[in-house]
Amino acid sequence: MTPEEIYKNLSDKFGDSILGLDTELAGDASINISPSAIAEVCQYLSENDAFAFDSLMCLSGLDVGVKEEEFSVVYHLYAMQHRHSVVLKTSIPKTDPHLPTVAHIWKTADWHERETYDLYGIVFEGHTDLRRILLPDDWEGYPLRKDYKEPDFYRGMRVPY
Amino acid sequence: METTQQTESKMIELKPFTDEMVVNMGPQHPSTHGVLRLELRLDGEVVREAIPHIGYLHRCFEKHSENLSYPQIIPFTDRMDYVAAMNQNWGFCLTVEKLMAADEKKNFAVPERAEYLRVLICELNRIASHLLSFGTYGMDLGAFTPFLYAFRDRERLLLLFEKVCGARLTYNYIRIGGVSEIIPMEPGSIDEQNFLDEIEEFLDYFEPKIDEYNNLLTSNSIFSERTMGVAVMSAEMALSYGATGPNLRGSGVDWDLRRDEPYSIYDRFDYEVPVAKDIPELGAVVGDCWSRYKVRMDEMRQSVRIVRQILAEGLPDGPVMADMKAVRPPKGEIYFRSEAPRGELGFYIVSDGTPKPVRVKGRSPCFSALSALQELSRGLMVADIIAIIGSIDIVMGEVDR
Repeated sequence: MTPEEIYKNLSDKFGDSILGLDTELAGDASINISPSAIAEVCQYLSENDAFAFDSLMCLSGLDVGVKEEEFSVVYHLYAMQHRHSVVLKTSIPKTDPHLPTVAHIWKTADWHERETYDLYGIVFEGHTDLRRILLPDDWEGYPLRKDYKEPDFYRGMRVPY
Repeated sequence: METTQQTESKMIELKPFTDEMVVNMGPQHPSTHGVLRLELRLDGEVVREAIPHIGYLHRCFEKHSENLSYPQIIPFTDRMDYVAAMNQNWGFCLTVEKLMAADEKKNFAVPERAEYLRVLICELNRIASHLLSFGTYGMDLGAFTPFLYAFRDRERLLLLFEKVCGARLTYNYIRIGGVSEIIPMEPGSIDEQNFLDEIEEFLDYFEPKIDEYNNLLTSNSIFSERTMGVAVMSAEMALSYGATGPNLRGSGVDWDLRRDEPYSIYDRFDYEVPVAKDIPELGAVVGDCWSRYKVRMDEMRQSVRIVRQILAEGLPDGPVMADMKAVRPPKGEIYFRSEAPRGELGFYIVSDGTPKPVRVKGRSPCFSALSALQELSRGLMVADIIAIIGSIDIVMGEVDR
């Protein structure tokens, strides 16, 4: 199925929660989804036989710039059976970044969401074990945010080199 | 009365109650393939829970990338999976090339000669990577000799890599738009012939060695006992956890990106994709440690087959770099995945049209595969943990990025 067909189907099913199909830019087309509906949409895409998205290839956070007011979370899905893929994107305000987890749908999302929380500070509601994964537990700040400033010292060790 | 008491005390002895004990395995344990720490919650020798703690090698390659131009990022990808650096370079370059191809004005074709050199080098790198995996897996389970055999033969490959790029580790040969031009190897020259002859000599030497490895380790009864039927990962579980490459094929899923989503010139070669099967007479079950290991052993033979086909055809004439100006992909984003030795290596790149990317995310195959460890190891023995880690073949440089 093409992203256009999937977009049309999702719009019919979920209505206003599907915000649009982004095809203007080069590369992959992405379907914009409102953050509160993301888990339901993913569940629908994975369980419905017409889509059968059984594999979450990649889950990434995205901060486009300091001036932007929103973070994005991007889901790259693939269906082994139908051999089609789709990109889902959802935007959340930087002041209070939280959205539902999809770790109960694809188990790989568990660690990918922890990584996104670790590096962006995006909170995945309903995640059973949301804690830092790559950075030390007592690290301050979220490094992949564009406005991040690295600390001078971490436990007495100089950080910038 | 007395007899009842005796029976009771016997029962207590038969079912000794042990406190849960927490043991830290790693980060410096030699069989954790890098610096991985496992928090083991043990009931005697049975693992109740093995919680992986990663991040000891974290360098935030993704943050670095945001401050570098695209060609400058390539050396950073070497340091992800340092055992198969050529494949990592290639994965990144393919992604950038794909994004540039989305704009007609910036589109360029990678020259034929470069495509052949890329496949040639990356398949040799796959052999080198699987050799390391084979050698260390043997050593993890107490067989020291395979390690020496594997490193002896890998050495010859490292000498070849040294010839094309000057490095024995973190080899860096593939560029955006082609391959590095620093090696003076004119098409049809004596240098090129010598180089190809040397590869052929290696393949002639190496192919019979695979049988030797199989005799040494694959059919070894101690090794089989430790790996067959241990930690069975079903196909559904492998898909859900995002395990890819040999781990997915070890679970019986017939899937290889080189064949199923062909990139570069893989559709021109004739090769098979090894997939694990039940072997009842030996005791191997699809998805166990042995199956994952065996897929890698079989893949080495297929890589030899691909390289032989390139040698038979000979390298085409022409340049090794595309005719292109600055690397400045159009505004947009792309996700592209390629088949690295450890599985599906994906890169997600967001560009705003400037020479530096806005976001680079490396989707590491080892990261996803390692997340399955907790579920795989539940209820097994401590010694089995070592067998699982070796069989999913992780490189911590890639897990931690």
